[in-house]
Amino acid sequence: MSKVEAAMTYAGESPEYRAWLAQERRSRLTVRGTQLALLLLFLVLWEVLPRAQIINPLFTSYPSALWPTFVSLIDSTPQQAGILWHAWSTLLATVIGFSAAMAIGTAIAAALWWWPALYRVLDPYLVVANAMPKTAFVPIFYIWLGATLSIYGMSLAISLFVTVLMIYNGFNGTDPNKIKLAQTFGATKGQILAKVVLPGSVPTLIAALKVNVGLSLVGVVVGEFQSANLGLGYLIQYGSQIFKLNIVMTAITILAVMSSAMYLAIASLETAVMRRR
Amino acid sequence: MSKRFPPPHPPPQAGEGDRPPSPDAPPKVELRDVGLRYFGRDRETEALKGISLAIAAGEFVAIIGQSGCGKSTLLSLISGILRPTGGAVLIDGAPVAGPSRKVGYMLQQDYLFEWRTILENAVLGAEIQGLDMGKARARATQLLTRYGLGQFLDRRPRELSGGMRQRVALARTLVTEPDIVLLDEPFSALDSQTRLALADEITEILRRERKTAILVTHDIGEAVSMAERVVVLSRRPGRVKSDRPIRYATPDGARPKPLAARNAPEFNGYFNTLWQELEVHVEG
Repeated sequence: MSKVEAAMTYAGESPEYRAWLAQERRSRLTVRGTQLALLLLFLVLWEVLPRAQIINPLFTSYPSALWPTFVSLIDSTPQQAGILWHAWSTLLATVIGFSAAMAIGTAIAAALWWWPALYRVLDPYLVVANAMPKTAFVPIFYIWLGATLSIYGMSLAISLFVTVLMIYNGFNGTDPNKIKLAQTFGATKGQILAKVVLPGSVPTLIAALKVNVGLSLVGVVVGEFQSANLGLGYLIQYGSQIFKLNIVMTAITILAVMSSAMYLAIASLETAVMRRR
Repeated sequence: MSKRFPPPHPPPQAGEGDRPPSPDAPPKVELRDVGLRYFGRDRETEALKGISLAIAAGEFVAIIGQSGCGKSTLLSLISGILRPTGGAVLIDGAPVAGPSRKVGYMLQQDYLFEWRTILENAVLGAEIQGLDMGKARARATQLLTRYGLGQFLDRRPRELSGGMRQRVALARTLVTEPDIVLLDEPFSALDSQTRLALADEITEILRRERKTAILVTHDIGEAVSMAERVVVLSRRPGRVKSDRPIRYATPDGARPKPLAARNAPEFNGYFNTLWQELEVHVEG
């Protein structure tokens, strides 16, 4: 089909085709423009409503206050460390959290694939563990693991079970005929895992990674609420306690930028991997 | 290719299709009273019952039967990925204990791995069997080039047409240099023109390389045109219903290519006979 498309393009663009392209471009621009307009509308309302005293600025701060706040917090926050240092701490914990969840989750999923009886035994526990609100364990993790480890622990706990279930389903969804093909060459179970199941599940692994980035960030921030003296979660908690909404909103904005950046990084990884298939 | 030394005296096996090239050599592939049952929680299914067949080295045999008669199961037994629940499967006189390098298996579809290039796909079997990868790559390149895929070695499977992909699958099967090639409806996923052309091509390749070939199909025309012998399996549990040689009179005595065989005067006779044999089971 791609050959046909190529042939038609090379044959010279018809006026209809050019019109269609222009139409496509217009509709793309319209979508982008509307998206931008919505963002602007949101920022304008956020700026104007508190200033007009329609909503209490104490509760919302202003967008225009974010940048000055950010700049003033670069050197030091009321809690010694600069805001970038807080952001770095949160980012690091998140990356460690989802990396660990991916590694451990893939290993567990592989074990479940390897021993179907193990899966049959553990299935109900995994489902319940996945459905549990993991954030309920934040105070307990603090007691068990201490200030720093409890943050990593929460980040891992919140993303591990869904990772296991997603990746296991991916493994299990491997085309049985591809496995049969490997078997006709006398493949061992390890070879089937390494040469068929794992490489065939790369799209699932990336999908799991996408889910994990968001979840791990939730785990880290919630963990920081409870136990940290560093990190954006801590900064949000601190800022709200002393009613400095400038600090809270700045930290939240950084979180938004951070999670978007991680998501985009994974999306481009996905594009790169998929182009090779 | 190392050849296993034949056992001193293979037990004589009297069967209607038993035509070994010399009386002393064991048949290349032999099934002795083979039965297979599948076990499910609700019931057991008898897929094959009392199958006895002997296939000589270099022979091209087609096995036909209705869907669900256990044709594919038979190939799985010969390839060693399934064990019979009764009887024995022997290759070169030795019982089959598992997948072996002597047997190559072509499945219904190409099942090329989309994450590998064409060349990497073609050497999959060699890689799994731990063969010399330098040699395997050289042989795969040679085969793919011979099949007209020389400039596609580094492409991905999705860039190839169905017929090209099935030729890659054939190369993948032959890179490990099996003596016996099992073909499980290898053309069923192709459009009818490609199907005929590829049947011609693959039959030629297998004959030229003197492979023993076992083709499973439900397409009578395919069986009669490609094979020297057609075995009809009954409905489940599959048994050997008939076993007959397919011969065409040609001026030079050589076997016609499948496409030419379809135009031979004998073709329709064989076709109708086999058709009737299959038809009986639709009613019975």
